[in-house]
Amino acid sequence: MSRKVKHPTTTPGFDPVRRKFLSTMAAAAGVTLAPGVMLYGIARSTSAVARAPASAVSSDVRWGMLIDLNRCDNGCDDCVSACSKENGLQGHGRQSTDAQWIRKVDITNPETGASQSLPVMCQHCAEPPCVDVCPTGASFKRADGIVLVDKHTCIGCRYCMMACPYKARSFIHESLEDQKPHAPRGKGTVESCTLCVHRVDAGGQPACVEACSDTGGGAMLFGDLKDPNSEISQRVAKYATQQIRADLGLDPGVRYRNL
Amino acid sequence: MKRIIYSEIEGRSPQFYALAAILGVFILAALASAYYMEHNGHYVTGMNNQIVWGTPHIFAIFLIVAASGALNVASIGTVFSKTIYKPLGRFSALLAIAMLVGGLVVLVLDLGRPDRLIVAMTHYNFKSIFAWNIFLYVGFLVIVVAYLWVQMERRMNGYAKTAGMVAFLWRLILTTGTGSIFGFLVAREAYDSAIMAPLFIAMSFSFGLAAYILVLLATCRGSNREIGDRIVYKLGRLLGVFVSLVLYFTVVQHLANLYAAEHIGVEKFILLEGGVYTLLFWVGQVIIGGIIPLFLVFRPAKAGSQNSNRGIILASTLVIIGGFAQVYVIVIGGQAYPLNMFPGMEVSSSFNDGVIASYAPSLPEIGLGLGGVALTGLIVMIGIKLLRFLPESLADSEIDPHHAISVKSN
Repeated sequence: MSRKVKHPTTTPGFDPVRRKFLSTMAAAAGVTLAPGVMLYGIARSTSAVARAPASAVSSDVRWGMLIDLNRCDNGCDDCVSACSKENGLQGHGRQSTDAQWIRKVDITNPETGASQSLPVMCQHCAEPPCVDVCPTGASFKRADGIVLVDKHTCIGCRYCMMACPYKARSFIHESLEDQKPHAPRGKGTVESCTLCVHRVDAGGQPACVEACSDTGGGAMLFGDLKDPNSEISQRVAKYATQQIRADLGLDPGVRYRNL
Repeated sequence: MKRIIYSEIEGRSPQFYALAAILGVFILAALASAYYMEHNGHYVTGMNNQIVWGTPHIFAIFLIVAASGALNVASIGTVFSKTIYKPLGRFSALLAIAMLVGGLVVLVLDLGRPDRLIVAMTHYNFKSIFAWNIFLYVGFLVIVVAYLWVQMERRMNGYAKTAGMVAFLWRLILTTGTGSIFGFLVAREAYDSAIMAPLFIAMSFSFGLAAYILVLLATCRGSNREIGDRIVYKLGRLLGVFVSLVLYFTVVQHLANLYAAEHIGVEKFILLEGGVYTLLFWVGQVIIGGIIPLFLVFRPAKAGSQNSNRGIILASTLVIIGGFAQVYVIVIGGQAYPLNMFPGMEVSSSFNDGVIASYAPSLPEIGLGLGGVALTGLIVMIGIKLLRFLPESLADSEIDPHHAISVKSN
């Protein structure tokens, strides 16, 4: 007696629920990844403004700044406003928590009454204490001497702010809006003057220096301290210059004249 | 000496659950505070670009420093072979672990990006004393757990002395690391000194023992276990030695600074003109946390009298209050004094250069800090409910090898 074998109506092992689940997951993955892929594409296409990946930062260069205080006017803060505009620093009207990458400091000799005004920002030390103390290595110094914060690995411990002798760093105390693509910032991390690294890598100079020469007194000079032919090197060789807290032995890249 | 029998506490009384619930509420409040701070940003706290480390750091540093000190009781028993302290060892190690965890949780939740804890665990800058401390903290937890194990597992008891020695050395290195977080800050006049390391070690001895005495006595009372007057008296006298040590290092710290003309400004600020910091230094740290406890533990009172025990409880409480005052003066006072960028000049700017920074602790900061203390308490409670940390009796007749002799001679 032959028995009729009953064939299943579907392929063996087929599970419609599973197939539906997988296709939903694939769609979800696509939706999740697509914007990232697109952003990557945009980033690649706009990378022309930044330093080309092939030309690595070289230690043959040391970027620095010379600020001549005889040309720096007491009431002028063009460098400060240029920095804020360039890097999208917007205050919230809270003086003690708002970020300041560069500020004008007024100093007076209490005995003689003589006073001066000078811009102070990250001094881009050759031996930066902020880099030494940072637990994750988020604070780092590029080969060309620019001291930066990696916004992806900063955990916001603020030890660098404790260590900086120049009070150059700010903690981002609240949410940010309208950030500049070339100066990424993030709530809960620490930041400071980048020496306008995006401009420098594209062959330009920092916004503060540009503003100072355009509308200010032309007190700020930017250049390569290692190139003997650069204007900054020649001036540093010719005139006496000072570093703030030179006694600490940190060798700041920002020098002052007539301080 | 009789054999010591350790046992869990029953932990089923309404009081036990009520206390656990209260601590739980504090922990929830701390989590809510942390969320509030992270969601809005740190501007909702009292911290700013001048005072970058605030009240959460006071709690965290106090707990971390005291954690290593709480372990001392175990070290005295195993490393220095003082028999009477041996039964106290397990509980001392439990409190050390609980305090370190409580402190670290506060520290992590106060980060600008606590969600990046994994970054801190995977990216190390080995030149950073902060990074060394991460290893020291984790290592401390591992070593103390191992130390507990060799104490609790009878087959391993032979290794207790070795484990105790490793733990003791590690805790000295750990507190050296914590003190050096400040000692290595060359830019700040209030810190920048090698004495911060031994000062923090002395502080850890003192705060840790004071916390241990209070938690031990409260636990014994709560679980109806007897504790002998003799051991309480001895712990009290030891606390007195540690309190003197803190005062000694404090005197040397300020004397050395006063001798250098360049540091007169910051010393004048802390010791004379600093307002709340000066008040906290003299009244909080020196009088409440130093002189009164010394009087309480060393005054001529008969060992073991009811009066003497009360005095030791009060002294321990005052040492903790004084300890918080001291950490506050070191951490906040040291930051409030402006950086001396232009020596001899009067300085001003829109970024608060040259002025004494203002700071007032905010509610979320205090909530976060208290949550760390509550977590410490809850870990201890769960610990003694689950495992045998406490002897059934700490009566003098049970633990003091000289008890019989002293009774006879009386």
